[in-house]
Parts: sequence; C-alpha cells; structure tokens
Amino acid sequence: MWWHCCRHLREDNMLSKEEILRYNRQLLLPEIGMAGQGKLKSARVLVIGAGGLGCPVLQYLCAVGVGKLGIVDFDIVEETNLQRQILFNVSDVGKPKAKTVKKKLQEQNPFVAIEVFNVKLSVENTLEIFSNYDIVIDGTDNFATRYLVNDACFLLKKILVSGSIFKFEGQVSVFDFTKATSPTYRCLFPSPPSAEHALSCEEIGVLGVLPGIIGTLMANETIKIIAGIGTTLSGKVLMLNALSTNFQTVEFERNPDAVKAIPQTESAFKRMDYEFFCGNKTEDKPIKEISVMELSSLISSKSGIQILDVREMWEQPEIAEWQSLKIPLGEIENRAVEISRVKKTIVVCKVGMRSQRAVGILQSKFAFENLFNLKGGVMEWMRITEKTGSI
Amino acid sequence: MGIEIKIFGQLADIIGSDELQLQDIDDTSSLREKLISDFPKLANYPFVVAVGKKIVNGNQKLNADDVVALLPPFAGG
Repeated sequence: MWWHCCRHLREDNMLSKEEILRYNRQLLLPEIGMAGQGKLKSARVLVIGAGGLGCPVLQYLCAVGVGKLGIVDFDIVEETNLQRQILFNVSDVGKPKAKTVKKKLQEQNPFVAIEVFNVKLSVENTLEIFSNYDIVIDGTDNFATRYLVNDACFLLKKILVSGSIFKFEGQVSVFDFTKATSPTYRCLFPSPPSAEHALSCEEIGVLGVLPGIIGTLMANETIKIIAGIGTTLSGKVLMLNALSTNFQTVEFERNPDAVKAIPQTESAFKRMDYEFFCGNKTEDKPIKEISVMELSSLISSKSGIQILDVREMWEQPEIAEWQSLKIPLGEIENRAVEISRVKKTIVVCKVGMRSQRAVGILQSKFAFENLFNLKGGVMEWMRITEKTGSI
Repeated sequence: MGIEIKIFGQLADIIGSDELQLQDIDDTSSLREKLISDFPKLANYPFVVAVGKKIVNGNQKLNADDVVALLPPFAGG
C-alpha cells in the first residue's frame, strides 16, 4: 500500500523512501528540505560538453538528484583528457564521452534519468534539443558553440549557466533568459577573438584542477537556481585566478546594441553561421557603397545619417561637416556596440579600403545592415570639394 | 597615484604583467588606444573594460584613483 502510494507520489516528483535516505544531508538543510529536493527532481538540465567542465558539473548534479540530465558531446575520450576529466579511466580511452559519462552517472545515482546526444550542436539541431530542458550549462571548448548556445537560450527563454577556462583562470556567469531584461553572453563579450587568436586548452594547456573548481561553481549556481535559494551570478561574471587564489566578481548590464546581434526568430537563428562569426571560415558578403556626391546630398538634406571614421585618431584632414564617430579599424570589434544600427551609416577612411574591411567585419560578425562604404574615402571627398569649390 | 589596471587571461601574457599603472588617461576609449598603441598585439584580442567592478558599454570617463579591469573571453572547457 505504502509502496503504491509512493510510486504515485514519485510521479509527482515526490521522493521515494530510497531517495529520502539518499538525499538525507540535503533534506536536513532548511533551504533545501523536501520542497527543494522535489524541485531538483523535477528539473531538466542539459550540459553541453562532457569534458573538463562538463564532468564535474554532471557528477554533482547527478549526485544531488537533478531529475533529468542531458549530455551533448560528440567527442571520444583521449589519453590527454585524463589529467583533468577524472570521470574517465584508462579503459575509457577511445570510447564516446557522452555515453561513457551516462554509464558512470547511472551507477552513481539510478534515480536520475539521463539522455545522451552524441552530436555536434548546430543551428539545425540545437533548438530541438534545448526545447526539452529548463537550464542549459555551457562547458564547451570553442567560441562558435558559446555564441550559438547563448543565442538559442535567448530565443527559447532558457536559463544559461556558462563557465570557461584559460590556463590558471576561469570565468562563471548566469544568464536568466526567463527574464526579458536579462543581459546576454553577447552583452558581456560582444565579439570573439579571430580564429587564429582563439586558443584552446589543447594548444595552451590548462591546470588539471581548474575545470574541477569552475565546474563545481557552475553546478552550485545551477542548484541555487533550481531550488530558488541564495543569489546567483546573473548579471555578474566571477573570475578566478588559481595562481593567486583570487576571486573577483564584476557586474554587467544588458546592452541593447549587443542584443541586436542575436537572431530574433527561429528562422533567423537557423540562417546564422557561427563558424563564420568566429572567423573559422571566411565568406564575402556584398558591401553597399555610396559616392561622395550622394554623401554630400545626404548631409545637406540633414537626413540624420551617422558617419563612422575608421582612420587612426591622428589622421588628417578632419572634415568638420561630417561630425563623425571615430573608431579606428583596429578597435572596431571591441567598440561595435557604439555604432547605431538604425541610422544610415557611412563608413569612411582615407581611400575607402579600410572602411570596406570595417563594413565587412561589422556585417558578418555583428549583423549590421545599415552600413555603406564611402567610395574613394576622404581623398575623393577632398578632390571633389576642391574641384567644385564647395559641395 | 594613477589608474590601476588589472589584466586577465591572454591579455596579461601580451602585456607581460597582470597589473599596470597609467597616468593621465581621460576615459576608457583613450585607455584602449593607449594600450593598443603600447601593445599592438592587443588589437587581435577582444576584451571588455570594467571600471570599479562594473563593465563599461561605450566610453566612460576615468578618475585618477579608478581601478580598471581588462577582461577577455575564454573559450576553454
């Protein structure tokens, strides 16, 4: 009788006798208790990457009793993983990570349902995989996936727990897209480094214990979100330097300009090319141009345009009537958010070459659609001005 | 006293230190220009600037005793 009753209750995310025993130390905490443990049991958490960060995240979320865990990873276990991915043994080398992790977790806690996705995330499969989960945890090893995961969570209004590592340092943040005003990963980092400068653990190394610390912090954030206790790193990024054992937290806000770079519909998301965005491949998009005469008439008709000058700050001449926004080409990615997406924007430099590159970068990496390159640049403007006396 | 700058990740490798002191910097845009001119490799690494534990969007005036942090994104997992 009791058993029947319990089985019935279990379906409503009540705990079985075995679970009550298993989770005793958490049930004792007034902040968790039966209610919190029930919330953990009904939670569905998807972990992207079963590597350095994914392993500790999965181990702890499984042990504490998160009801459903998803694992996305298409990699196999390698010898060089064992120094930090301590869920794997020598005998696991060569086996698929996601499936191997599932087997280990299931042995650790049979009360958790585990779903395996042995796939590479793409614009085609991400929205469908994410749709069955409430919280997504990003522990991937590349920028293309990080921006893809952010954008998908934004579109689907999921909570994103993000962590990343570099040598002896780590970062953790939470993006709660159930709240319409939440900052996004793009508000924190509007642009990735170019492919040749985006270094991975594979290339530069990482201290074995570091993903353990950062991954455990990510699991902690996730548990607090599910149980609704404490405060989270939403709107904040935590930075750890393991060499100095220094933790610092920095706040950041939603940046409407950075949010505009996120595809706003599912079909726009499916048209995105994240590998291209992260410079992993190149492709030419058409660049719109405007002549000096056209620019001149736009200025005299006071049509509310913006002129973006990508020359170095010291370069002359200064064209007073342009009232330009000055961002040298080298800083364009860092300062893209300062550029209006609404006003018709004419991009200028000395002869029109650097401005063309700037338009290319802004269009492909930041989805600008309001940019025009000034043909011939400042030199052409000066030539025509001198010829006509005025313009 | 100058502006105290704390440097994270690969930026510290490029600058060769995880701390810098700079004088006479008016705002965060001039700080970027100064750093990129002193350490041209920085132009290849996007980073955000935090002033007094808050990340700056756009340009912000700097005071002589401000503590500034330069944060690059990490991809490793």
